[in-house]
Amino acid sequence: MNIIVCVKRVPLTQEVDLEIDERKKDVRKDMLVYIINEWDNYAMEEAVLLKERFGGTVTAITVGSEDDEEVLRRCLAMGADKGLRVDPGDIELDGFVISRILAEAIKGLEYDLILTGVQAGDNNYAMVGIMLAEHLDLPHAAVVTGIEPDGNEATIKCELEGGMEEISRIKLPALLSIQTGINEPRYVSIMALRKAGKKELNVIKLEELKLPNDDLLPRTIIEEVFLPPDTAGAEVIEGEPDTVAEEILRIIREKGVGI
Amino acid sequence: MGEIFVIVEHRKDEIRDITFEMLWKANEVSQKLSYTLTAVIIGSKIETLVNELAPRADKVIVVEDEQLKEFNSELYKTVLQDLMDECHPFLTLIGHTSWGMEIGPSLSVKTGFPLATDCLDIMIEDDDRPIAIRQMYSGKIYSKVSFRPSDGYILTVRPGAFPPDRVGEHQGEIVKREVPDLPEPPRHFVEFIDTGAGEVDISQAELLVSVGRGIENKENLSAVKELADLLGGVISCSRPVVDKNWLPKYHQVGTSGKSVKAKVYLALGISGAFQHIAGITRVGTVIAVNKDPNAPIFRVADYAVVADLFEIVASLKEKLRVSQKVFCETTEVGRMHDA
Repeated sequence: MNIIVCVKRVPLTQEVDLEIDERKKDVRKDMLVYIINEWDNYAMEEAVLLKERFGGTVTAITVGSEDDEEVLRRCLAMGADKGLRVDPGDIELDGFVISRILAEAIKGLEYDLILTGVQAGDNNYAMVGIMLAEHLDLPHAAVVTGIEPDGNEATIKCELEGGMEEISRIKLPALLSIQTGINEPRYVSIMALRKAGKKELNVIKLEELKLPNDDLLPRTIIEEVFLPPDTAGAEVIEGEPDTVAEEILRIIREKGVGI
Repeated sequence: MGEIFVIVEHRKDEIRDITFEMLWKANEVSQKLSYTLTAVIIGSKIETLVNELAPRADKVIVVEDEQLKEFNSELYKTVLQDLMDECHPFLTLIGHTSWGMEIGPSLSVKTGFPLATDCLDIMIEDDDRPIAIRQMYSGKIYSKVSFRPSDGYILTVRPGAFPPDRVGEHQGEIVKREVPDLPEPPRHFVEFIDTGAGEVDISQAELLVSVGRGIENKENLSAVKELADLLGGVISCSRPVVDKNWLPKYHQVGTSGKSVKAKVYLALGISGAFQHIAGITRVGTVIAVNKDPNAPIFRVADYAVVADLFEIVASLKEKLRVSQKVFCETTEVGRMHDA
């Protein structure tokens, strides 16, 4: 079973103060630490688990700059056989443009499955995977939490709202966008990263894909980013843990909960 | 005259709230532009649902077929593309749900209409072009998004962003439409599974002690479980805790878990992703403890504690143990124990 996994390197923004950049189009990124997009990490793990059961190869692919190769090396260390980076140069990318670039880079490759994350933690688009499936004319499913391939088909589980899941059967090759929690992504050791240094990592330039200009024009434009509008705001409880605990217990009792 | 499409989402013979929320916003926009508000419903045996929609739209387009009973992205996409190619709706609103995350991007590629996902608000500029407000970085930043000029635009709408319009003033014309030639779909529905049932029902709890990613590891959970026991509350959690298998799914609060209505919700180390916040809208009082002063949970909390959750948990436990001890010592039970 040959699997392609699309991955993205994103800044870690939990527990980080974000500042808006001068152009007001994004946040300042110079001080941020980068990681593999959380959803992609689960997709990558799922690909490696499937490879361990059914054999075949796993190829990790990203659209990004040289810095983004860090994420591909991590995928190689997790068990991918090959890495592929498409360098987009300095063009503006939106979800549609990324999906077109990925489609063009993937279309000549052999695969039974393409896995993506449901969304990326930076833009939260949740569109690239399914758009990619559409460009490649592949059966697809979003928010997948289980894959059981057999022959030319797979039984898949998709997460719906309200604690519901849907089981369906899908023909392969297919594209599945993977939800967090589908597996437990493995730990990547320094040793594994070092070993992965010998694996194949190819780079292609956007020009080589010869995409029509129209496909490289973003369809959505971020006019401006801003901090969340003010809300009524919470009442802040300050002080030593002891004082805070006292206050929390007082509030719980006041709200009519017997403790 | 232009048209605004709202794609109706329904499951198990019920229209989902997101549909009414979209109709509310679409009604506002269609009045501003003097456009027709059209609800599009696809399914099988949906007469009751159609009657429910008619007072809330100028037009209800109904596409009915046994094959369209359950949502099937391949078939629904064929039906909707056919409809959109013919009607060129100026805006097409779809829920940003598991369902919409599949059909939205598909239709955008098929029709060539630009797509903005997970929109919190939709505005119409003076030149009648749409603007979408959405979030980035899991809610820490907002963005204002415009579109490349097009005949139509597709927006997926965040559940809960608008009030559900239950008051109807329209007398929608019901238009039954022929089902186009449907392809043999490469994907088939098998069944629904309910993962929400378990040993405890968090949706009925009065006091929830809820943990998130800030708990760091499974071992740390025991301290919070003890706290929940001392308080007589029930433990619940946000998604990352279930993803890591630290607690079973039936403890999860949020869009893909349960909606809760506790009197008090103590959120420990929960950042407050919108999917989580959607599950606590009916909670009485939210007390949030988080190290990150900019965590989105503080935007909906009634009380905010910027601190290390473990220190607060330890102090709470200490206080509760002391008061229980005092209680025991001053009661018959206490004296019996001492003896």
